[in-house]
Amino acid sequence: MDFFFEVLIGGLLAGVMYALVAIGFVLIYKASGVFNFAQGAMVLFSALTFVSLLERGLPFWLAFVLTLAAMVLLALAVERVVLRPLVNRSPITLFMATLGLSYMIEGFAQALWGAQVHGLELGISDEPLAVGGMLLSSFDLFAAATAALLVLVLSLLFSKTRIGLSLRAVADDPVAALAVGIRLQRIWAVVWAVAGFVGLVAGLLWGARLGVQFSLSLIVLKALPVLIIGGFTSISGAIVGGLIIGASEKLAEVYLGPFVGGGIENWFPYVLALLFLLVRPAGLFGERAIERV
Amino acid sequence: MLYNEAGQFSTRYAQDRRVFRLRQDRHALLALLLFAFVAVPYLGNDYWFSAILIPFLVLSLAGLGLNLLTGYAGQLSLGSAAFMAVGAFATYNFELRVPGLPLLLSLALGGVCAALTALLFGLPSLRIKGFYLLVSTLAAQFFVQWALTKFSWFSNDSASGVISAPPLQLMGVDFSSPAGRYLFTLGVVVVLFWLGKNLVRSELGRNWMAVRDMDTAAAVIGIPLLKTKLLAFAISGFFLGIAGALWAFTYLGTVEPHGFDLNRSFQVLFIIIIGGLGSLLGNFLGAAFIVLFPILLSNLAGLLPAGLIDAGQVENLQKMVFGALIILFLIKEPEGLARLWQRFRERARRWPLRY
Amino acid sequence: MSTRHSAVPAPLLALDNISLSFKGVTAVAGISFSVAPGEICALIGPNGAGKSSLLNVINGVYQAQEGRIHFAGQVQRRMRPHDAAQRGIARTFQNIALFKGMTVLDNVLTGRNLKRRSSWLEQALRVGRVAAEDDLQREAAERVIAFLQIQPWRDAIVGTLPYGLQKRVELARALAAEPTLLLLDEPMAGMNAEEKAQMSRFIVDINREFGTTVVLIEHDIGVVMGISHHVVVLDYGRKIGDGPPDQVRQNPDVIAAYLGTRH
Repeated sequence: MDFFFEVLIGGLLAGVMYALVAIGFVLIYKASGVFNFAQGAMVLFSALTFVSLLERGLPFWLAFVLTLAAMVLLALAVERVVLRPLVNRSPITLFMATLGLSYMIEGFAQALWGAQVHGLELGISDEPLAVGGMLLSSFDLFAAATAALLVLVLSLLFSKTRIGLSLRAVADDPVAALAVGIRLQRIWAVVWAVAGFVGLVAGLLWGARLGVQFSLSLIVLKALPVLIIGGFTSISGAIVGGLIIGASEKLAEVYLGPFVGGGIENWFPYVLALLFLLVRPAGLFGERAIERV
Repeated sequence: MLYNEAGQFSTRYAQDRRVFRLRQDRHALLALLLFAFVAVPYLGNDYWFSAILIPFLVLSLAGLGLNLLTGYAGQLSLGSAAFMAVGAFATYNFELRVPGLPLLLSLALGGVCAALTALLFGLPSLRIKGFYLLVSTLAAQFFVQWALTKFSWFSNDSASGVISAPPLQLMGVDFSSPAGRYLFTLGVVVVLFWLGKNLVRSELGRNWMAVRDMDTAAAVIGIPLLKTKLLAFAISGFFLGIAGALWAFTYLGTVEPHGFDLNRSFQVLFIIIIGGLGSLLGNFLGAAFIVLFPILLSNLAGLLPAGLIDAGQVENLQKMVFGALIILFLIKEPEGLARLWQRFRERARRWPLRY
Repeated sequence: MSTRHSAVPAPLLALDNISLSFKGVTAVAGISFSVAPGEICALIGPNGAGKSSLLNVINGVYQAQEGRIHFAGQVQRRMRPHDAAQRGIARTFQNIALFKGMTVLDNVLTGRNLKRRSSWLEQALRVGRVAAEDDLQREAAERVIAFLQIQPWRDAIVGTLPYGLQKRVELARALAAEPTLLLLDEPMAGMNAEEKAQMSRFIVDINREFGTTVVLIEHDIGVVMGISHHVVVLDYGRKIGDGPPDQVRQNPDVIAAYLGTRH
């Protein structure tokens, strides 16, 4: 039974990392209805920029600030060059545009910083900690704490600030928000920048775990089932979805994997999400819209 | 005037239904087919056949497969490569395990297997739409690749799932030379495009577009949504499956599951975005672009002094340009190269008049 | 007009105590009325009275929580859009629901999809009856196009046409199905007087020439009184008036609802 709990908790902690990527998605989806496939590329770009600056001898805080500045610039550029010309186009078109965007960002990141794997040391040891008879990674606990902090900051941002209020207004009804004088373009730039920040945090944690390399951009593929289960519009949904995916894929790999030859982590979340969709099409926390004709 | 259309009236509905209503266009098509079937095999060299023409034809076919599903029926898919893989491995197994089965028949059966797989992963499409459907097609992408790698039966127990093409023989004639492989591919692709053309102009094609444009209204006028969507998945899978088999048998010769990864699905999607969603011609234009552009780019890089730009950077540059082009096309010309061509043709029909 | 209304024994369509609500908000509350074969029946009432919802219940876009629908001699708990179409109910929508990426001709042809007998495989291979059937479908579509006078725009992409024409194309698509019951949701919304007159004439012509029963929603009381045989008035999801136009015009509840004096 201890083994079961170890797998479960390991999975839940991995799920926290998925949730981090999914939160970036949710922010952008809520504010602009864009399903941002480039979120993974943004994670890669931020982590690669950060680690390259660090390797060039910059102190941690300066590298962090500069990377954040780069992400804000990226957000402004995306709003100006991609979102604004595509306003009022179908969600599928916008999705395909972010597919193009992810290619651009990936190509740019690797052209700028090279394609080799960089190690990233955040100064947190990854030694196992014995908690109540189980062995847990201290790094994973740190990641979970960071995620919790991030969610706290984001929810404060949305509930206490003016920009957060505008953002909720836009998410609720873009036309009405426009009518009361909220500038959509500014909101979009802000959410993309915040999503870039979330991507940076996710990139640092993932990068420290796996090394900063191209495969970071592929975690976008893990975030999709998370969103399906949690609902596209809910941050708490993203977290719960992340935990469910993280835990279930680890449990499935350990208990189900041996029967079918293993390696099922790649597709299991998708099958789970699919089953979920058939039962609850709007996700756990999403709202189902009434179709009006 | 380049086009003299005076006096070409349709007097029967059948004439009006033709794809190429103008005599000049029909003659041009005939000339193009003659050129492709007769002149090209004599004029081309092995490099052109193997590195340009065959992948161009196969990718055009794959584009058509995805275009039927996405461009016509409006169902977004990121699982194209999975259905290509099913087609390739199924055809391989039919050839391997059923002695004496004619090549074309195993090709068609491979397509049917891919169609059934696509049908299975298309089942959720009745309940879920848009991005949610991506989950289903991505599930297909990852599951198929996993299954083909894990179960070595599919690749006849070869190491890491690599399969090799059987000899390309059709009614005793050997098509193994580059020119032969080109002709074989061309023949299959021409027949399937003819089928595709009939489909998109049939009742089913109209139903697909109706579901794409407004599914509630489609249901209200009596279009059966589930059947229409599932047929889109199955027929798209059939075309993609045959494209996959050709990819393995006439283009590469040997192929492994990894050759049909998510990037291949993206490639097929890019073909139809650049070429034109909901256009038959667009598949050819998009495929030509995707085959020729990297060659052009690496040739250009080769012109620069050696060492200035390495192969890795060319690849990064290529990714950036592809990404930028996708966005540019979506913004400026959502109907792709096919629309540009159509505009050019309309100008030609009026030329030298401006209006 | 009123004699015709009372002379017909069995109604073509009868709604029996239909109730519909969304997440607890009532849209339609216990509404019953019937429509005789061959008549033009108008549903009127202020915005939000539940008119469109009621049409959506009749052809199965929404499913009512309570009540029954009698149509052409059959009683049903609920309709499905596909069944409704198969049983001869066609409709147009308040916010035009055309297939915007297709031509006018293709839009009209989709309206005839249920008249098709050959399978998709026959059509893909173009064997047998397909060519002859294509001609028949096209001929029927052309008749509708000529009837509604939209020949010049036959090959135009629908999304590029002006609003008034799109409304007519949508009517053409519905008519192409050769329906026994035609549901029109504000067919004249946003039109000027001339366009309204033209559309009214089309509706009356359809009713007379093909004997199609029409249920329409319209805000222009002048048009409603002019063309309909039977008027049903809704307010806040309830029926407050039902009868021939002249009679409904005198109904104090209706007058109150329209003048806004609640009592």
